[in-house]
Amino acid sequence: MRTIWISLAASALLSACAGSPADEQAGASVEDRKPGAVANQGAQTKPVPGGQVARVDLTQGKPPAGYSILKDPKSILSKRSVYFDLDSFTIKDEFKPLVEAHAKYLRENATAKVLIQGNTDERGSREYNLALGQKRADAMKKMLILLGAKEDQVESVSLGEEKPKALGSTEEAYSENRRDDILYGGEY
Amino acid sequence: MLKRWFQFLVLAAAAFATAASAQLSIEITGGGANRLPIAIVPFAGEGAIQPGIVSIVRADLERSGLFRAIEPPPIVPAPTEASAVNFPEWRSRLADALVLGSVAVLPDGRFEVRFRVFDVVKQSVLGGVAYTLNRNQVRATAHRIADYIYEKLTGEKGVFSTRIAYVVKRGPRYELQIADADGAGEETALASLEPIISPAWSPDGRRLAYVSFEQKKPVVYVHSLQTGQRQVAANFKGSNSAPAWAPDGSRLAVALSREGGSQIFTVNADGSGVRRLMSSSGIDTEPVYSPDGQFIYFTSDRGGSPQIYRMPAGGGDAQRVTFEGAYNVSPRIAPDGKSLAYISRNSGKFQVAKLDLASKQVQVLTDSDKDESPSFSPNGRMILLATVIGGRGVLSAVSADGRVKQRLTVSSGDVREPAWGPFIRE
Repeated sequence: MRTIWISLAASALLSACAGSPADEQAGASVEDRKPGAVANQGAQTKPVPGGQVARVDLTQGKPPAGYSILKDPKSILSKRSVYFDLDSFTIKDEFKPLVEAHAKYLRENATAKVLIQGNTDERGSREYNLALGQKRADAMKKMLILLGAKEDQVESVSLGEEKPKALGSTEEAYSENRRDDILYGGEY
Repeated sequence: MLKRWFQFLVLAAAAFATAASAQLSIEITGGGANRLPIAIVPFAGEGAIQPGIVSIVRADLERSGLFRAIEPPPIVPAPTEASAVNFPEWRSRLADALVLGSVAVLPDGRFEVRFRVFDVVKQSVLGGVAYTLNRNQVRATAHRIADYIYEKLTGEKGVFSTRIAYVVKRGPRYELQIADADGAGEETALASLEPIISPAWSPDGRRLAYVSFEQKKPVVYVHSLQTGQRQVAANFKGSNSAPAWAPDGSRLAVALSREGGSQIFTVNADGSGVRRLMSSSGIDTEPVYSPDGQFIYFTSDRGGSPQIYRMPAGGGDAQRVTFEGAYNVSPRIAPDGKSLAYISRNSGKFQVAKLDLASKQVQVLTDSDKDESPSFSPNGRMILLATVIGGRGVLSAVSADGRVKQRLTVSSGDVREPAWGPFIRE
């Protein structure tokens, strides 16, 4: 993963040198690295004064915009959902590598924060389902903390049955909706 | 069984194109066996106000499942509350009770309605009242008249003047609505693009506590109906839900996950003074106070499956209350404190059950299969609930003895999360 980050840093650096002010780095996208493309962006683009270089700090947990390992389909970190059995809040073995990967990311990115949203299927009491969704979210939170994430990096909430991902009253929809989702800061 | 649609005109709705389509209509799907035959003669001079008062009074009484309205013959001139009553004539028409009245226009443009209730069998006057009203109080006055007649003839308070709250979901839109107990005259208290659940009336009927997801997670609000002013009552880390008012209106019981798990706390309506009532390793939620304020009933999975428990309102040891079945949730105590309505899962069907707290007898009251959120009428006679019919969320009501059933539907959207408001104190 580290090599991708460094190449990103390099591209960000390139576009910085090409003329956009340092404080606009956050908004620069990876595609705009060709000097010509950046120059065409508008009259307000000022050349960077000599010696000023955009700083990209990979330790700060906030990766350059436009790319995120968290959204790279090749990374397990892009997988954000864990599914549960009926009435259960136990994280099944098949999802443990996923939870471990996110715990590792949180360990290595101390400022990263996640929101765990627990969900249930539509059957039964809305309030009980809200509590059940909370238990599912708490189960994930507990596991993340056990694996080294810090308490203040993880908030667990429940959406109960209120935000079904799959609509309809079928077993298929029910099992899709018995779910924890992991959302990183900026995604909710 | 009586099967009939009651569709009412919306008074103020004409101004809003969508309001008419949102109208709740009520269908009685089962009636009581012994309904009291009552003749309510159109009030003399009633034509001066619209909609007709008597038709609303009749519909109210019939909807209760306790009365059968007898179509009176055309009488010329129209009798008034002061007219002499030919009791044998009414008896021959099989009426047990009779209501006569009149409407007069007052010099200031307002109206006066006078009426009397007669016991035809005993050939006596049970009582009478006069109400003064303006043009937009016709429905409210009709409900008061129905309440008066109901109380005179049954000995218990009527609930026709009370209001109900519920949530309508239409596409991505959620609306918390308030309507008359007959479903008419609905008003939207809150519209949101995020879910709204668990409305709970304050004991004085002026405020609603509810859970809104507008901050992307469940937060408890207290909403003043008259001003629209909203106050956060619980927004702690994690989920905040299941508000229930203490009978004196001073505090709310809520379920919070701020200390891990879903646990029961009490909090002042302005969010101050949060206090944990008990701690368990499992889910504790859906608290509700007994009418005397002594106990809190709640749902807990501490025994391995969700069941209903109760504990002293100040905290302390919990006792299990439900034993039959593996899923008993959403406790609601009858206003007299003697029975408990809740949702019970029976062979995959979620139905309203009633437990007699003294005899421990359980009665399943409904035959639907996706019932949720039972709510007692303030006189304890009816239980309002949410269910699903034809894939759509509807409200339905069943009498506490299971004999009378009604269905309330809106013409579009899903209706859920009903809460029957308290008696209105005047």
